[in-house]
Amino acid sequence: MKLRKVTAAAAAALVLSLTATACGGDDGDSDSTDSGSSGGGKIKIGIKYDQPGLGLKEPDGSFSGFDVDVATYVAKELGYKPDQIEFVETKSADRENALARGDVKFIAATYSINDERKQKVDFAGPYLLAHQDLLVKADSDITEATDLNGKKLCSVTGSTSAQNVKDDFAPKANLKTVSGYSECLSGLQSGTVDALTTDDSILAGFAAQSQYKGKFKLAGLKLSNENYGIGVKKGDTATVDKINKALEKMVADKAWDKAVQDNFGPAEYKNEPAPKIGVIVK
Amino acid sequence: MFDFLDGYDVLAAFWMTVKLTVISALGSLIWGTLLAAMRVSPVPLMRGFGTAYVNIVRNTPLTVIIVFTSLGLADTFGVTMGSEDFAVQGFRLAVLGFIVYTAAFVCEAIRSGINTVPVGQAEAARAIGLNFSQVLRLIVLPQAFRSVIGPLANVLIALTKNTTVAAAIGVAEAAALMKTMIENEAQTLAIGAVFALGFIVLTLPTGLFLGWLSKRLAVKR
Repeated sequence: MKLRKVTAAAAAALVLSLTATACGGDDGDSDSTDSGSSGGGKIKIGIKYDQPGLGLKEPDGSFSGFDVDVATYVAKELGYKPDQIEFVETKSADRENALARGDVKFIAATYSINDERKQKVDFAGPYLLAHQDLLVKADSDITEATDLNGKKLCSVTGSTSAQNVKDDFAPKANLKTVSGYSECLSGLQSGTVDALTTDDSILAGFAAQSQYKGKFKLAGLKLSNENYGIGVKKGDTATVDKINKALEKMVADKAWDKAVQDNFGPAEYKNEPAPKIGVIVK
Repeated sequence: MFDFLDGYDVLAAFWMTVKLTVISALGSLIWGTLLAAMRVSPVPLMRGFGTAYVNIVRNTPLTVIIVFTSLGLADTFGVTMGSEDFAVQGFRLAVLGFIVYTAAFVCEAIRSGINTVPVGQAEAARAIGLNFSQVLRLIVLPQAFRSVIGPLANVLIALTKNTTVAAAIGVAEAAALMKTMIENEAQTLAIGAVFALGFIVLTLPTGLFLGWLSKRLAVKR
């Protein structure tokens, strides 16, 4: 019965190693002290990795975008240098859980403030007011929202933008939904769709990319109000207050304007002025 | 408790999943059987095609195939599948992709069934003067099918769950509605549980019924 002994030993070893890792899962790099200044700790921040101009992971592993700039500024105000920031990808469906579990300290990832989400997480901000808009070919004649019903639109499955099209302003539009905005661009280039629709900030980020320069333009329609907030774990009001102060300072010392110009400049994005903290435009 | 379900047509989404599954299953059964016939045929060209097809398709991720039908066929080559309406177009493209992919697995299951039929059966059939297609149609395949209901049930259950990939090209099936609900309601776990249960309701009876059928029809040798 040698085999049974070996199996038992292996099982015991497995159980031991599992319990060991369960205890050692937190290797002390999440800084949970609320002192503001960190003693060489790290801060984890949730962003998007796939939205140029807002949150993008570059091929060399660096991060760029307006959300990234805002997050970096806020982290600086909380007492963390750029090299102490660890960016984590938080996809849309994952944002509430990442905060509830404490995976990240806060989230800056095109996170529109709405009532359902407010029940799950707390929001600082808003730090940007975006509107749903259309990205069309540079020579397109779509300038008004009146005749979208006869148009071929493209958006992302399940996104708020796709639902708005169906429920509100163009229920009869021929809507194609795909898994990522970049997939809409191939249809837009080949002419199988007339327009890509989502928040103008996201569209501006795509239009500003070098390979698309001059090919597309924003139609400039204000189809909805999207108040981007910074998500924080429910009940962590101390952090919300600190982030709000940081955002106010960012606007006051013009760093906010610079971040907008850096990230959306090439797309000729007519951004809204910086929103007032706590004022949500319905 | 379940108030997050208000205002969503979960049944319609699962009905779309069922439609995708049934049409793709029928299509891949036909195409997979043809492929299996090719792979055991006496014509080298057909054998080569069948083998190459199965090995290429079986080793390509399904997501790649489905996204290619949308980005490659529809966007780049302008294949409209007979409809300008994106909802219909996406459905047909998805079915095409599922048939292409699942047929490779159906083919291999059927081929393993063909291998369970004793060589003597085919030799006897040849001896009374039947040609290749008659041997296959009348003697070998009926016995082969009876022995592979179990493996085919596995393929069908896998296909049922694979239809969620169609959400990637915008087919309004269960996984697409799940995405929408999570986006709006911010209740990942509860919503995920509801949809997981929905798939169990679809696949568990299928598995039990086909398991019973395979026992009943198995060729006793």
